[in-house]
Amino acid sequence: MDYLHDINAFLPGVIVALAGLVTITIDAYKNDHGSIYGLTVFSLLAGLILSVMDMFGPVGEAFTGMITYGGVSAFGSSVVLFGALFCVLISREYLSAIDHEYGEVYSLLLIATAGMLGLVSANNLIMIFIGIETMSICLYVLAGIIKGQKIGAEASLKYFLLGAFSTGFLLYGMALLYGATGSLYLTEIAEGASSDLLFIAGAALLLVGFFFKVSAVPFHMWTPDVYQGTPTTITAYMATASKSAAFVALLIVLSKMIPAETANWAGVIEVIAILTMVMGNLIAIVQDNIKRMLAYSSIAHAGYLLVGLAAGTPEGYSAVLFYLFAYTIMNIGAFGVVAYYERQQGLDFTDINNYVGLGFKKPLMGVLLSFFLFSLVGIPPFVGFVGKYLIFAAAINAGYIALAVILALASAASVYYYLRPMVYMYFKDPHKDVPLVRSGIVFRSTLVVLAALTLYFGIAFGDLHNLLSSFYTADWVTHLVGQ
Amino acid sequence: MFENYLPIAILAGVAVVLAILLMTLSRVLGPYRPNKTKLDPYESGMDPVGDAANRYSISFYLVAIAFIVFDVEVVFVYPWAVSYLDFGPGTLVSMIIFILELYVGLIYLIKKGALDWDLKKGMFN
Amino acid sequence: MISIDWFLALSALLFCVGMIGVLVRKNAIVIFMCVELMLNAVNLSLVSFSSHYGNVDGQILVFFALAVAAAEAVVGLAIIIAIFRNNLSVDINNVNLMRW
Repeated sequence: MDYLHDINAFLPGVIVALAGLVTITIDAYKNDHGSIYGLTVFSLLAGLILSVMDMFGPVGEAFTGMITYGGVSAFGSSVVLFGALFCVLISREYLSAIDHEYGEVYSLLLIATAGMLGLVSANNLIMIFIGIETMSICLYVLAGIIKGQKIGAEASLKYFLLGAFSTGFLLYGMALLYGATGSLYLTEIAEGASSDLLFIAGAALLLVGFFFKVSAVPFHMWTPDVYQGTPTTITAYMATASKSAAFVALLIVLSKMIPAETANWAGVIEVIAILTMVMGNLIAIVQDNIKRMLAYSSIAHAGYLLVGLAAGTPEGYSAVLFYLFAYTIMNIGAFGVVAYYERQQGLDFTDINNYVGLGFKKPLMGVLLSFFLFSLVGIPPFVGFVGKYLIFAAAINAGYIALAVILALASAASVYYYLRPMVYMYFKDPHKDVPLVRSGIVFRSTLVVLAALTLYFGIAFGDLHNLLSSFYTADWVTHLVGQ
Repeated sequence: MFENYLPIAILAGVAVVLAILLMTLSRVLGPYRPNKTKLDPYESGMDPVGDAANRYSISFYLVAIAFIVFDVEVVFVYPWAVSYLDFGPGTLVSMIIFILELYVGLIYLIKKGALDWDLKKGMFN
Repeated sequence: MISIDWFLALSALLFCVGMIGVLVRKNAIVIFMCVELMLNAVNLSLVSFSSHYGNVDGQILVFFALAVAAAEAVVGLAIIIAIFRNNLSVDINNVNLMRW
């Protein structure tokens, strides 16, 4: 009876992990990518539906308090599964177009997703550790999945060495927190929190590990190289699903485990947020490679998200959650369009200089890229604007005027590099006639759906925002503290 | 304080004495007819002479890598086995699921040919 | 009875040795060994805290840390082999296709 309750509470994760195992077995016996792909899409869709339903359900704990379900965890799971599903949908055509479709890609994506689901549901440091590592180890492999490609192997090695290094800090932080409080449960650690050196050092080391995973400056060095070297649709997965999972976990850890009174982490997060926004945006300006540009842009977005965390209010937390969803939609879209151009023969279409005149050749793709880039800039009526506005308002209301001002200035600077590809596409003449291959129906409609979602949630954001705010009502907080 | 280390000292002494005793006995009692092959240093059946940075078959790495995984997963089985009586048959189900997951990995390895010692049949042909 | 401080000091020392190794060495395999040293240093801390508090949570985390370290070793060695096949070297100074 207990088992059934536990499994039911973590059903999306169970389904996805099981699908991962089944796809490995199918891949071992026959070279049938169709059925592997079908099963992957089906399991991710089933998980997504279940966790969306979970958002409206009760909040509680399962597996002897190792995980929580409902509320923030359900929303985090939904974002992760949404990201994974759309990345898989655009991956198949891209990978077979560049002639490197392996069954393992789907298995690894599924297992990484299962790890992320554990991570966003975590209520215990062990669960956080397992979640982060399941996710990261699969991603190390996925970065270098294309056999014999030098740039991929390099991305993989850099990601692996730096990722393993940061794991050391994460684990040491956990050990010291355990030493300071005698427990690994987040809520019990919060109860045993004190201002002594052991606790502060543990919290700091844990945060270093997390900052690495969310690629906050100065722990961002791996991001551009890894994003550039990884196959583009997999990059989309790393930039969205894994980052969302790490951010939700960071949010859970900060809001549940480290009381702001004992460890004054708001100041630390504030400094890191400023550094991340400024550095990310400034370096993005000089990039010529569109994947590197998007990588620095994702660093900049991590900075915006950290502003919401620094605010430390329920308003800030719900703004962060909304922004994660917005960021997932628009980033998958942008990487998807890049993946479309990149598979074309003839020119290196990761170089922004080669985007000249492309906008009129394939009008749909040009319009889609404009949609996603406008949304990333944060121009109304796209979803990126709403997300940025919510974070901005939360920072102002919490009294972080300086942070809000820097956020606004950084966004203004970002206009330059986001609009540059569009200027090239529409206002410059093509310098060479390159035939563009038509994209497949699934690929195209996935991107169109994403573009429609950026517009839909940019206009009708009220319901989602109310739902997210309801996670942080007074009841919810007492429920947490009461345990 | 040092008397705590007395058993270790005794153990070390016994080990040294026993080693010397056995080597002496085998030299005194056993027949001794050396040839070149017998005098070669033993190195797991490989050619022991040559450049230290010699490249050798990728199969060694594959087997070593597979070994690490299946070896270390045992750390979960030992504690389970020790505390099985305290927790009862429910944990047996968990452990069966855990072993099945490892088994999926083994099937994958075998089917992909990662354990084929003959490189022409394996995954690097 | 040796006090827990000594174990923690040893663990911190080993962690720092590993960390410095990662920062100064150029051979990918040596860097990886230093990372493993860091993880095992943490395991020592966890086990000492666990015995200090008399609860097993810390030791359970050690089991998972061991399993994760093994999985990382597997993936890491495979990646390093892939790099070696491309570059004929595991010196990270030669891994420089992408910068900035």
